[in-house]
Amino acid sequence: MYFESFAQAWDMAGHGSYVWSAYALTFAIVMALVVLPVRRARETRRQIVAEQRRRRAQTEAAASAASGEFHAS
Amino acid sequence: MWSIVHKMGSPPWFYGFANMLIRWLLPLVTVALLVGAIWGLLYAPPDFRQGNSYRIIFIHVPAAVVALAGYYIMAFAGLVSLVWKIKMADTAMRAVAPVGAALTFIALFTGSIWGKPTWGAWWVWDARITSMLILLFLYLGVIALFEAYENKAAAAKACAVLSLVGTVNIPIIYKSVDWWYSLHQPASIKFTGESAIDSSMLYPLLLNIGAFYGLFALVVLLNMRAELVANHRQSAWLLRALGE
Repeated sequence: MYFESFAQAWDMAGHGSYVWSAYALTFAIVMALVVLPVRRARETRRQIVAEQRRRRAQTEAAASAASGEFHAS
Repeated sequence: MWSIVHKMGSPPWFYGFANMLIRWLLPLVTVALLVGAIWGLLYAPPDFRQGNSYRIIFIHVPAAVVALAGYYIMAFAGLVSLVWKIKMADTAMRAVAPVGAALTFIALFTGSIWGKPTWGAWWVWDARITSMLILLFLYLGVIALFEAYENKAAAAKACAVLSLVGTVNIPIIYKSVDWWYSLHQPASIKFTGESAIDSSMLYPLLLNIGAFYGLFALVVLLNMRAELVANHRQSAWLLRALGE
């Protein structure tokens, strides 16, 4: 490491506040860039799977109702 | 060649391809960004004139370089969309715009923070900075234009035209430090001739530029995948891929 202590690295001879804030803001933006589309895709896939299950349950219920009618007659 | 283009335009093929690339890129980009940041922050030597404030270069320059290159990629996707009407090109164009805008914003913001201890001002209406601000507005314009149209094909067409017209700005940004009297320092890395930067600073800078290119590719793929999934809710291939 170039600096002798973490306190020195934090201060950077007076430039610490500029350098660290620039890196912190960049870090936050990069995290948002990666996390947002991952969450969006995950949410859409969850909706698709839920919708598909709901439909399948519906058709199964309709099928069993239809077979019930058949037995009754 | 054409078979690759056809494959790229096919949503089921691209979905699998994107998933595979994302699996590789995510750990690679994470490690490269972390190593690059730690190297630039703690291990590179300080600049003899600017002291430690110059450490901002390790995010400022990569963000700016990739923001410019990303604009060409967005404009190229726009061209493909206009000429061949490939839907995947619209998706790509739409995926690049927010990443480009974010990187341009990072370049402007970190430049502003760097400017304060170096030039004594947060902001100056300098040729390089002003043309970079125009780049941010171009990216934001493409995002807004996509949202403004109900008809997706018309939106893609308008965005393609805007991004193609906007390419005029890119060489202006590159050359602004040579054409006008500018506070902004000229390029330190040169493709021809010796770079005006010592290798102890050049290597971490190159690593960070590579890491930001990787980040750009990763986020564009993530955005394209999210868009594909949203546009193909009813498609049989997606249901099969999701195990339904």
